[in-house]
Amino acid sequence: MSEAKEHWHRRLLEGKSGVFATFTAIGISIGGLVEIVPLYTIAASPSPIVEVTPYTALEQAGRDIYSREGCVQCHSQWVRPFRSETQRYGPWSRGGEYVYDRPFLLGSRRIGPDLQRIGGKYPDAWHYEHMRDPRSTSPGSIMPPYTWLHEDTIDYEDATATMATLQTLGVPYTDEEVSGTPEAMMAQGDKIVKSLAGSGITTTSDKEIVALIAYLQRLGTDGRAALAARESGDAATTVGDATAPPTEGE
Amino acid sequence: MPTLETQSPVSPVAEESSVYMDHAIVKKFIIATVVWGAVGMLVGVILALQLAWWPANLGLPYTTFGRLRPLHTNAVIFAFTGNFIFAGIYYSLPRLTKTEMFSKVLSNFHFWGWQAIIVSAAITLPMGLTQTHEYAELIWPIDIAIAVVWVAFAINFFGTLAQRKVKHMYVAIWFYMSMVITITVLHVVNNLQLPATFTRSYPIYSGMTDALVQWWYGHNAVGFLLTTPILGLMYYFLPKSVNRPVYSYRLSIIHFWALVFIYIWAGPHHLLWSGLPDWAQTLGVAFSIALLAPSWGGMLNGLLTLRGAWDRLRTDPIVKFWAVAISFYGMSTFEGPMMSIRAINSLSHFTDWTIGHVHSGALGWVGMAAFATLYYMVPRVWKTKLHSESLATTHFWLATIGIVLYIVAMWSSGITQGLMWRAVDDGGQLQYGNFMDTVLQLMPFYWIRLVGGTLYLTGMLMCGFNILKTISAAPAPAVAPAAAK
Repeated sequence: MSEAKEHWHRRLLEGKSGVFATFTAIGISIGGLVEIVPLYTIAASPSPIVEVTPYTALEQAGRDIYSREGCVQCHSQWVRPFRSETQRYGPWSRGGEYVYDRPFLLGSRRIGPDLQRIGGKYPDAWHYEHMRDPRSTSPGSIMPPYTWLHEDTIDYEDATATMATLQTLGVPYTDEEVSGTPEAMMAQGDKIVKSLAGSGITTTSDKEIVALIAYLQRLGTDGRAALAARESGDAATTVGDATAPPTEGE
Repeated sequence: MPTLETQSPVSPVAEESSVYMDHAIVKKFIIATVVWGAVGMLVGVILALQLAWWPANLGLPYTTFGRLRPLHTNAVIFAFTGNFIFAGIYYSLPRLTKTEMFSKVLSNFHFWGWQAIIVSAAITLPMGLTQTHEYAELIWPIDIAIAVVWVAFAINFFGTLAQRKVKHMYVAIWFYMSMVITITVLHVVNNLQLPATFTRSYPIYSGMTDALVQWWYGHNAVGFLLTTPILGLMYYFLPKSVNRPVYSYRLSIIHFWALVFIYIWAGPHHLLWSGLPDWAQTLGVAFSIALLAPSWGGMLNGLLTLRGAWDRLRTDPIVKFWAVAISFYGMSTFEGPMMSIRAINSLSHFTDWTIGHVHSGALGWVGMAAFATLYYMVPRVWKTKLHSESLATTHFWLATIGIVLYIVAMWSSGITQGLMWRAVDDGGQLQYGNFMDTVLQLMPFYWIRLVGGTLYLTGMLMCGFNILKTISAAPAPAVAPAAAK
C-alpha cells in the first residue's frame, strides 16, 4: 500500500499513540459509567429495606473472620428467585438486604450450601460443633475443621478501629456505639456463651468462634423478618421493588 | 484485502537488530513466568486434592481451601500470566518499534517490583489477609505497590511509543495498550477502600454496588489481562512463528475496537438472578452475547493466519500450541456468552461448569499461548536452539490431554450438581433436600480433575526443565555479560 492510498485511520489513529490511547480510554469507560453511576441515583438502584439495620460490633467481627477464612470461596449468600432455591434456603435475596455489607459476600461457587438464610436455622451449639468437626453435624461434609477459632481471641482494639472506619464510610453507628465497642461485644458474647453452656459447652465471650456464631445467627434475619411482616400486612413502610415478585425462573 | 505483508514489521523479511534489544529483562521475565507458573499450578493441584479428599487441608489455618484458593488464582493470573505478558511485551515492543525500551531502570523496577508484589501476596493470602473481592484480594498496602509498579510500566511503555522509529503502530501494540490503560482504571476504581488497620480495609461501596463494581473489575481483568494482551502477543508471535502475514488487517481493526468497547459492559453476567437491578443484568447479558463477534474475529484472524502453514502442525510444537490455544479461545468465548443467557445461567451458576469454563480459557488459551511464546523466545534470547523439541511435543500432549480431562470433568460435575439442586419429586418436593447428596455425587469428577490438573502441571515442569537445559547449553555472551554482575 502506498502513502497516497493510506487510510485515514492509519494516519489519525494507528500512527498517533496519544490519540489512540485516548480513544481506547473512552471506549473502555462508557460501559462502566453507564452501569455503575446509576446505582447512586435512587430510581435505578436496589430499594433499601428499612428494617435492615447495621451489624453489631460482634457480628461485624464475625463477618471479618468469615472473610479471613475465605468462607465465601465455598458458600454463597445469595438465594436466587427459583422455587428450588426458596424451598431449600428460604426467601430469595433482595438487593436492599445487603446495604451494610462491606465487602459484599455473595460468592460465586456453592461447594457448600448457601448461607444467606442460615441465621436462626440451627442452635449456637450446632455451629460451635460444626466448626470444630464439620462431620459431627454434617456427615459426609468435605469442609475442613476450623479448630483455631475455638482458641483464638478477639482483638477488641482492632474491632473498635473497624467500627470507626465503617462509621466514616457512612454506616449509621453513633459515637457511643463506636467507643463502647468492647463492652457491647462482651455483652452480646456472654449471651452466646450462656446458650452454649446450656448445651454443655464451656467457652468465653472473647473467643473468635463466638463472634462467628453471632454473625451466622444474624445472617439474613432482618430481610426475612421484613418480608414476613410484609406478607402478613404489618409493613409500616413501602419498599418498592423489594417486594416485587420474581420473574419466572428456571 | 490489505494485509500486513508489505509494510508490517512482522513481515517475514523484517530483520532483527540487537541494537535496540534488552534481552536481559526478557530473560528475567521468562524465568519468573516458569517459576510462578509451576507454583500457581501446584497450588491448583493441591486445591483439587482438597476438594476430593478434605484431610489435605492439613488442619492448619494457612493451608485451608478458603485461604489457598486466592493464592492459586492470583498466582496464575498475576504471576504466571503477568510475567508471561511482560516477557512477550519486552521482547516484541522494541522489535515492533525498532526502538529500545524507554528506560532500563523502569524495566528493572517493573520486574523486581512485580516479583516483590507476588512474594507479598504469597505470604499475606495464606495468613488470611484479604479484601475478599475475587482476583482483588490483596490488601491495601500491596494494592498501592501494584499501582506504583503499574504506572512505572505504563511510563516505560508509552515512553517507548513516544520515541518509536516506526510510525505506524502494529496491531499487537494496540492490544498491549488496551491492557495498560484498562487495568489501571479497573485496579484503582475497584480498590477504593478505607483502611481500618495496616492489614484490613473496607470498600467505599457496599452491598450490590460493591458487587457490581467488583464484577465489572473481575470480568474485565479476564478481558484485559487474560484476553487482549494475549491477543496482542498472538498477533506478534504467531505470524513470526509460521512466517506468514496476519490474515486480515481490516478484521484486526474491527475486532479490536469492538472488543475494547463491548467487553467492559459484560460484568453483570456474574450477578444474574441477584438483587442487582434488572436493567443492569439485562445490559450485561446483551453485551456478553455481542462479545461473541469480536472474540471470534480474533480467533478467525489467528486461525486463518495459519493458512499455508498447516503442514507445520505435524512437526512444530510451537504451531501445535498456537493451534490449540486459538481453538480454546474460540471455544471458551462461545461458551461464555451462552452461560450469560439467563436460562442457562440459572443452571450453570454456582456450579463447577463455571470452573471448567475459566480453565478452558486459562489452561487452554492463556497457558498454551504462553508455552508457544516461551518456546519461541527462549532459543532466541539465549541464542541457542531448544534443548529438546520432542520434550516440547510431549509437553503439548500432556497439557492437551490434561485440559480435556479437566474440562470434561467440570462440565459433568457442574451439570450434575445443577440438575440435582433443582430436581423435584412428583409431590413438588426437592428430590435431594440434603445438600450433601449433591456434593458426594461429584467425587469421581473431582478425582478426574485432579488427574487432568496433574498432567498439566507435569507438562509445565517439563517446560521448565527444557528451558533450564537450553539455558545451560547457551553460549557465553561475547561481550561483558550483564547477568554476571
